[in-house]
Amino acid sequence: MAATEPIVEMENISIEFPGVKALQDVNFRLFPGEVHTLMGENGAGKSTLIKALTGVYKIDSGSIKVAGGPRRFTGTADAQSAGISTVYQEVNLCDNLTVGENVMLGHEVHGRMGINWRKTNLAAHDALVRLGLGGLDPKAPLSSISLALQQLVAISRAMVTNSKVLILDEPTSSLDANEVEGLFAVIRRLRDEGVAILFVSHFLDQVYAISDRLTVLRNGEFVGEHMTQDLSRGQLISMMIGKDVDTLNSLGSNRGRAVHAVGAPYYSAKNLGRQGSIEPVDIDVHAGEVVGLAGLLGSGRTELGRLIYGADRPDSGDVTIDGVTTEVHTPVAALARKIAFSTENRRDEGIIGDLTVRENLILAVQARRGWARPLSRREQNEICAKYLVELNVRPADPERAIRNLSGGNQQKVLLGRWLATNPELLILDEPTRGIDVGAKAEIQETIAALAEDGMSVVFISSELEEVVRLSERIIVLKDHRKIGEITNGPLVTAETIVDIIASEGSSE
Amino acid sequence: MSAPVSRQPSTVQFVTRLFHQPYVWAIVALLLLLVINLTKNPGYLGVSVNPATGNLSGNVIDILRASAPIMMIAVGMTLVIATRGIDLSVGSVMAVAGAVSMEFMQNAGTGSFGTAAIAVILALGISAVLGTLNGILVSIVGLQPFITTLVMMLAGRGLAKVITSGQNTSATNEPFRWLANGTVLGFPVVFVIAVVIVAVLAALVRRTALGLMIESIGINPKAARMAGIRPVGILISVYIVSAVLAGVAGIFSTASVMTVEVAKTGMTAEMDAILAVVIGGTSLAGGKFSLTGSIIGALLIATLDKTIVYMSIPSSATPAFKAIVIVVICLLQSPRVRALFNQRKATTTSTRKEAVSA
Amino acid sequence: MTTTHIDKPASSALLTRLKPNLETLPTLAAVAIFIGMLIYGEIAYGRIMQFSTISNLLINNAYLIILAVGLTFVILTGGIDLSVGAVIAISSLVGVMLANAGWNPVVVIGLMILIGSTFGLASGVLIQYFNVQPFIATLAMMFLARGLAAILSTTPQRLEDDSPIRTLSTEWKVYDGPKINDLVTTPNVLIAAVVVIVAFFLLHRTRFGRTVYAIGGSEQSALLMGLPVVRTKLLIYVISGSLAGLAAVVYTSKLGIAQNITGVGWELDAIAAVIIGGTLLTGGAGFVLGSVIGALVLGLMNVLVTRDGGIPPEATTIITGGILLAFVLLQRVVVSRKRKT
Repeated sequence: MAATEPIVEMENISIEFPGVKALQDVNFRLFPGEVHTLMGENGAGKSTLIKALTGVYKIDSGSIKVAGGPRRFTGTADAQSAGISTVYQEVNLCDNLTVGENVMLGHEVHGRMGINWRKTNLAAHDALVRLGLGGLDPKAPLSSISLALQQLVAISRAMVTNSKVLILDEPTSSLDANEVEGLFAVIRRLRDEGVAILFVSHFLDQVYAISDRLTVLRNGEFVGEHMTQDLSRGQLISMMIGKDVDTLNSLGSNRGRAVHAVGAPYYSAKNLGRQGSIEPVDIDVHAGEVVGLAGLLGSGRTELGRLIYGADRPDSGDVTIDGVTTEVHTPVAALARKIAFSTENRRDEGIIGDLTVRENLILAVQARRGWARPLSRREQNEICAKYLVELNVRPADPERAIRNLSGGNQQKVLLGRWLATNPELLILDEPTRGIDVGAKAEIQETIAALAEDGMSVVFISSELEEVVRLSERIIVLKDHRKIGEITNGPLVTAETIVDIIASEGSSE
Repeated sequence: MSAPVSRQPSTVQFVTRLFHQPYVWAIVALLLLLVINLTKNPGYLGVSVNPATGNLSGNVIDILRASAPIMMIAVGMTLVIATRGIDLSVGSVMAVAGAVSMEFMQNAGTGSFGTAAIAVILALGISAVLGTLNGILVSIVGLQPFITTLVMMLAGRGLAKVITSGQNTSATNEPFRWLANGTVLGFPVVFVIAVVIVAVLAALVRRTALGLMIESIGINPKAARMAGIRPVGILISVYIVSAVLAGVAGIFSTASVMTVEVAKTGMTAEMDAILAVVIGGTSLAGGKFSLTGSIIGALLIATLDKTIVYMSIPSSATPAFKAIVIVVICLLQSPRVRALFNQRKATTTSTRKEAVSA
Repeated sequence: MTTTHIDKPASSALLTRLKPNLETLPTLAAVAIFIGMLIYGEIAYGRIMQFSTISNLLINNAYLIILAVGLTFVILTGGIDLSVGAVIAISSLVGVMLANAGWNPVVVIGLMILIGSTFGLASGVLIQYFNVQPFIATLAMMFLARGLAAILSTTPQRLEDDSPIRTLSTEWKVYDGPKINDLVTTPNVLIAAVVVIVAFFLLHRTRFGRTVYAIGGSEQSALLMGLPVVRTKLLIYVISGSLAGLAAVVYTSKLGIAQNITGVGWELDAIAAVIIGGTLLTGGAGFVLGSVIGALVLGLMNVLVTRDGGIPPEATTIITGGILLAFVLLQRVVVSRKRKT
């Protein structure tokens, strides 16, 4: 960690997409021989910053300097040839090829008769040895080694081209503790050789274990850069999620309402889980109750919501609804049992872009009735009138194609779709994401009102204040496990949850 | 964005709305072709009524008669394409339907109505079986539609040849022949039947929620599933419909000559069907579809075929011309070209990739 | 300071090499099927496993081998080319008509191949630059090629008997066996052999070939790895088209007749040859040698069906289709099993 010149210097980077300020005046420095972690919540801009560096996104303003000189790259390949390699979360290798082929793809050793495979595999072996992977057989198919090892192979590939900068984007999301240690050993090795490592992760413990320096982004803005040893966990989390000083606070702190967690729950699941998605969880929701799922990115909140709805098929779980033991394995089954789920991924799984607002609004109700019993025009108009007004969708034009609405209004229409089915249990996954503050408040009020009327609500959000404000009970998730469950009360704040997450698992 | 139209007279409203339809250019082309015919013969559009039988005859009537089989396969293809699929086997299913009916009637001996009826039922039944096979392979087994229907296209023609032992089987059966050559209320029977079938399908698709579900599956299959739509039943149904309609088209085309030409019947049918669909404005990528557009496309193709013959242009050039039109429309429907057009319009659409994904 | 779980003793590395590679298994299966069919045919009909049969098999299917090689490149990347049969039709028509008109036969051959390349390039451009799906783009090209062929002629065109192009199909006795059982080959077969060898070299000994496999494994990864994906994808369609043109040369030199309805269904035969030979329809795995075996399997099937006499010859397309579907289904099952582990 010598104090030298930064090898990458990004200053005042701004990038704007239609309707979204992805990055605003962000600064970032990368020093050789250092592990520098980029931190921030979902939507903070981490991925955007990396893509700005490698040239995948064009920057609207700001400057990038590499090794002292100004540089603008045109894409990953261009950046790679300048010594900046990126290894993504999904391990962008070709699993139909061998280990050696993946390492050397594009840089194979040629002889007189085309590629000399013996020499190429030797070169691959050398690259692997450099990372301490000498035991891997270059001729083995990539698919035969674990994901953790594949990740290391991806890093070897980056080193074949003698990269000076290695960007690791969420490399540990699918690794277990041992494999993470293996990865960190490799990272430390490279760092000691002078490589500059940009590490992106949201797993706090790992960040503290491996990083020398931290930069925090929030909502596309630069919050601060610190040496890891100078920042406590609590301080870091506060920097990441920030304090919303706006009208949300004016809604009043905790609700003084009746407690609903008495008697038999409306929905009860024991050991609900799915391999590779979330470890078995118990969850109860009472009528009129709002249960919040809190946790950082990747903790498994969405996965749990999807399992309840049957969007993903559970491997295990005993589910009781209104006293009746039942199975919910598909969305069709869920809707039949009056469960509805509002996805966080509205573009891929929510809106049907070319259809009108009206058609999107009535879709779930219509699906429930089946194809042979279409909703009459009058019924459709009633639904449109009710929800477009209630949710304040703008413009309130049922015949507009939904893809022409802003993200926030699309979200409202989707919410309307589910509300129209009159669910008893409503799961909301990030319903206020990407919505302006005024609309946020509206939606939160709607959710509170629904619960008042007796609906059971599971509320998933990465904004802890929101979860605390609305929930009666809060289930805390971390690393695809349930780590705690608390009842909301006057002493519970976002800090409480932060502490739960921070203290869990740090046994070192 | 929508201008207040309530104050304009209704005809202006109608024309304005017409011009926004994707198939408006097809209508223009259709009228253009008729005009070309009129230049050669000002009496081209004349329709005469036979006083004895009440039958209508004339060039326009011939066009309607020729458009019937094309309408059938175009409508079927529209529904399949709307679900993001394709049915390359329609031509072969036509041949199979023709083969089955001709073989049966030839072997049955009697030229009775009963024989004809059974022949029709057999032909449509086998078509339905082939369609079911396609549907199951695509929706349950999960094979790609193009490979499934490509195999069916070639195997189907083989099947037709096996049924007739390689011969071009003919048969005599007046009631069957009446289908192609007869008239109802003066109009050709084929056309009337085609119109009725299309009307029934249109009602089925637009008056029930079926059309909405088909479009949802085609536009965003994941979202459709999350909303509680069951894709399997709908997918199998559209492939069955496509095959049965192809069977009807096969009956129409073999009935006119009372012979099935196993190598030739339905030979370029899939191209005509796809052309009709894209002219009509339905995108090959699936999603929103227009039966009206496909019907206009079918009429256009029939008119084109007749015009080429009428103007004494060698008809061997027609397939190439149709292929070029398909390529051009493919280009026009492609995202790159669409983006070019959309740049002119105000962009409130989220066409750029979402930046905020962690 | 390596973590112990990734060290492997040297002896197990040797074992890994000796075990049959999962990749080559499907191709080995195809070889097994071929040999099985030979044996069955010999037992059931006799006079199968002899020189003349093998010779005829190669001579009659040289064009299919060339087609299958071209299609292997395309399918390896996860694409498809439905236009090859139609390209053969138009290419052969142009060739015959020009040859009969007195053009230099070498030029004619070159032109026939070039016609294929042009259609291939058109498909590639539609797919790469306009994001049209491969099956739609090549389907449209198929329509176009057939349409253009129909303009040229709807009646069979006969290549003049003294045309030098016909020399490509002159038979050379390689081995004089008893009676008429000789091992015979033709220049066409040699052309096919050269095509196979060059294709093998390209796919396994050049960066281009490795890029083809990489794209088939994951186009997204290949792009992020900095490989020339766009250029490669264009090139494979040009290769497929050019080889279709070459197949037209080989086929026409033997048959001597060109017609606009030639080649209907040949794309399915070529696809079937590739799939039977072990290449995944979804791309990423497969060998050119496998496609050759697949073509021979199809050819042998035709021979057996003809010899049998009990199965109508019209049924061969049904059988080919059925086999293809069976193999595609099998591939899906195997792939989904692999994913689950």
